[in-house]
Amino acid sequence: MALDRELVGRSYPPSAVYEVGRAKIAEFATAIGEDDPVHRDVDAARAAGHPDVIAPPTFAIVVSLEAAFVVLSDPDVGLDYSRVVHGEQKFVHHRAIRAGDRLVATTTIDAARTVAGNDLLTTRVDLATEDGEPVCTATSMLVARGEA
Amino acid sequence: MTVEVGTELPELVVRVTRADLVRYAGASGDFNPIHWNDRVATEVGLPGVIAHGMFTMGIAARAVTRWTGDPAALAEYHVRFGRPVVVPDDERGAEVTVRGKVGALLDDGRARVDLTVTSEGEKVLSLARAIVRLA
Repeated sequence: MALDRELVGRSYPPSAVYEVGRAKIAEFATAIGEDDPVHRDVDAARAAGHPDVIAPPTFAIVVSLEAAFVVLSDPDVGLDYSRVVHGEQKFVHHRAIRAGDRLVATTTIDAARTVAGNDLLTTRVDLATEDGEPVCTATSMLVARGEA
Repeated sequence: MTVEVGTELPELVVRVTRADLVRYAGASGDFNPIHWNDRVATEVGLPGVIAHGMFTMGIAARAVTRWTGDPAALAEYHVRFGRPVVVPDDERGAEVTVRGKVGALLDDGRARVDLTVTSEGEKVLSLARAIVRLA
């Protein structure tokens, strides 16, 4: 299906709070093969000037992808997730995500277009703490490949 | 560390197997079956199971954070996924190679790092740039 340009600018209500856990950060670091102790060892993280263990830079996707599902499940968007591939990803980090963060995600559709039968959807997820401190902006371009 | 335009980052070579994709799926929460199920992957027109783009992006970031020595120094990171990393169902899997060099020195002690990420000799990220704060 072709994406409607009127979707651009649509914003969704803030997500439920995502509480960042030490074990999840360690699990993610292991999955990408990152062995820096600041992701696992609180003392090492504190020695490096952080209040707690910090997440690898791409960990933000754990929170932002889940938030972006609100778009995929929007009946006006209706992308077939099994046909979706990731086209582009950008993170702007205001500071490192760390254990104990209580993050709220606000998702906005930044762009929607159809090119050669493929639907291209760009979502922006702004991650902030519950208290409103900006942490990360994650922008994803998803491609739903057309049924050629 | 003296950093100038053209300074090269140490090369990073990572072998990726199906087991790595399953582990990444669990850690990231991205259970799209194209990353673990050949039947679904080929049904949607892919050559086979492919790595999560975010997995490749995560691996490539390691080359940057290892070089700066501080994962929190990565301020911006932008990639475009050009070609999927096809991961065969065998022990060998696929090899991903990350090379990088400083493309520009910016204000406030920051630098732009341009990455070249290849798998089996083919470029898999058509754009990969990081902005880092230098110590």
